[in-house]
Amino acid sequence: MTKRLFVKGNEAVAMGALEAGCRYYFGYPITPQSDIPEYISRELPKLGGEFIQAESEIASINMLLGASACGARAMTSSSSPGISLKQEGVSYMAGSECPGLIVNICRSGPGLGGIDASQADYFQATKGGGHGGYHIIVLAPASVQEMYDLTMLAFDLSDRYRVPAMILADAVIGQMKEALQPHPYTAPADLEPKNWALIGEGRAGEQKIVKSLYLGDGELEAHNNKLHAKYAVMQEKEVRYETVALADAQLIVTAYGSTARIAKTAVRLAREEGMKVGLLRPISLFPFPKAAYRQATQQGQRILCFELNNGQMVDDVRLAVPGIEVDFYGRPPGAGSLPTPEEFLAQIRSRYEA
Amino acid sequence: MTTEMKKVFSRPESLKDVQTHFCPGCQHGTTHRLVAEAMDHFGIKDQTIGVASVGCSVFLYGYFDIDVIEAPHGRAPAVATGAKRVHPNRPVFTYQGDGDLAAIGTSEIIHAANRGEHLTVIFVNNTTYGMTGGQMAPTTMPGQTTSTTPYGRDVTKAGYPIKMAELLSGLEGVAYSARVAVDTPKHVLQAAKVIRRAFQTQLDGKGFAFVEVLAACPTNWGMSPLQANERVGNEMIPYFPLGEYKG
Repeated sequence: MTKRLFVKGNEAVAMGALEAGCRYYFGYPITPQSDIPEYISRELPKLGGEFIQAESEIASINMLLGASACGARAMTSSSSPGISLKQEGVSYMAGSECPGLIVNICRSGPGLGGIDASQADYFQATKGGGHGGYHIIVLAPASVQEMYDLTMLAFDLSDRYRVPAMILADAVIGQMKEALQPHPYTAPADLEPKNWALIGEGRAGEQKIVKSLYLGDGELEAHNNKLHAKYAVMQEKEVRYETVALADAQLIVTAYGSTARIAKTAVRLAREEGMKVGLLRPISLFPFPKAAYRQATQQGQRILCFELNNGQMVDDVRLAVPGIEVDFYGRPPGAGSLPTPEEFLAQIRSRYEA
Repeated sequence: MTTEMKKVFSRPESLKDVQTHFCPGCQHGTTHRLVAEAMDHFGIKDQTIGVASVGCSVFLYGYFDIDVIEAPHGRAPAVATGAKRVHPNRPVFTYQGDGDLAAIGTSEIIHAANRGEHLTVIFVNNTTYGMTGGQMAPTTMPGQTTSTTPYGRDVTKAGYPIKMAELLSGLEGVAYSARVAVDTPKHVLQAAKVIRRAFQTQLDGKGFAFVEVLAACPTNWGMSPLQANERVGNEMIPYFPLGEYKG
């Protein structure tokens, strides 16, 4: 077993990506994610990979498209305003079924906003983000270890489904240091070779085309139906979440990423006060763990959703459990402050007693 | 006595045996052929990756018998950069129009050129947006009437035509930059030579190679193919001088 390391979340993403065989990185500097390109620009050349600091976020995502079309494991990373710029390319990647990793270490908005942690990009990440009605895989780490592990998983899922994948974290998860247990990456045995990609030094057989334009009668409709059929399969097979003390819970607290860390402490404090409260933490935000919410609320338990925004994931929770009372408490990003466990506990208490 | 017939002219192997969607008198067809001839010349059809842009040239994969990635509008040089870094030993070229390369994709072309990416770029300048119906392009001539310059291009408000071959030749990363036309047999032969040279530059690992091709767009110019072809010689070449600017 390799030694445990004390590293930042951003570094863990970079380490996980390189361990998973990512050899191409294209990016543009932006706070609070610049540790990722800095780490990769140092380590990737040693592995024979290519690092490009591009002229823009737009160029970065298109370089990723080109590398992905050629069958490579490749990635880009940025933070909220930069991710907005990338959305055109993400839509093209989704349309042309190019896998690839996009890391969003969220900061606050809208506009230039601020550089503190935020979960206000949830809608953008999970509802497509760019034009045309598509989805990408969205995984939300809540620890440095998960930044490493979920980065590897994101590459595997992205390659398996030929759907772009996003690590959606924030300034807290990206910048904090925790213990990381690195481990060797093993590719899933059933991961198929990329026969669709432009590979090799000489074309064997038919022309390979990576494209998103479909003008023939019925072609685009069929293509969209194919994409959405994949999303449906992912909804069946690739949902991931964590639960804490759900078995006898009368109130279900739900939160993801950094907010789930605070919520977990608040749930523990509530238990210490004798309140039967549990936590449901989505790890995959797309596909969203709808069935887990239905399962947890079979006796009509109420849900309390915490987010670092004015309410986004709560919409998906409400859609998952029609008829169930879903409360929301959120703090929009600002002034560098985060909610405290006691602040969440007060919310839990008032809902529990209601 | 029998006479044996010898085949002296045929379709380049790199081109598919299909009809194009191009309008009568459009010079994309000629330019496609010259690019295909260059690939045949070097025997690189089965190694080459083409990057298609948005505009009339989007169907690159329909006409060239090569692997193709379709790029978002203006982003072909960035997509090609990603492809070339993964396959450094495969020839990679982009084929872009004037709106794509010199307006929405200005940033991508300048920085790919400045990095000295080992790419060949074929830039078709017909002074208009063809596919969207003849709007003003960055290369539209002063005074030229288009569907968005109904009173003629007023350079005091809409600026001047961009001379990309000259502009890029000023960048360190550019190994080769030239402008050609395909309006006369002589110019076609010159263009063939220049396009071959632009591929040779990449195959020799010398860096970024750029060829601007002046081309007619009779449909959107509101001219007959013959009139349009004459306009290339009479109006465009004096403003956009032909020649090798670098390399």
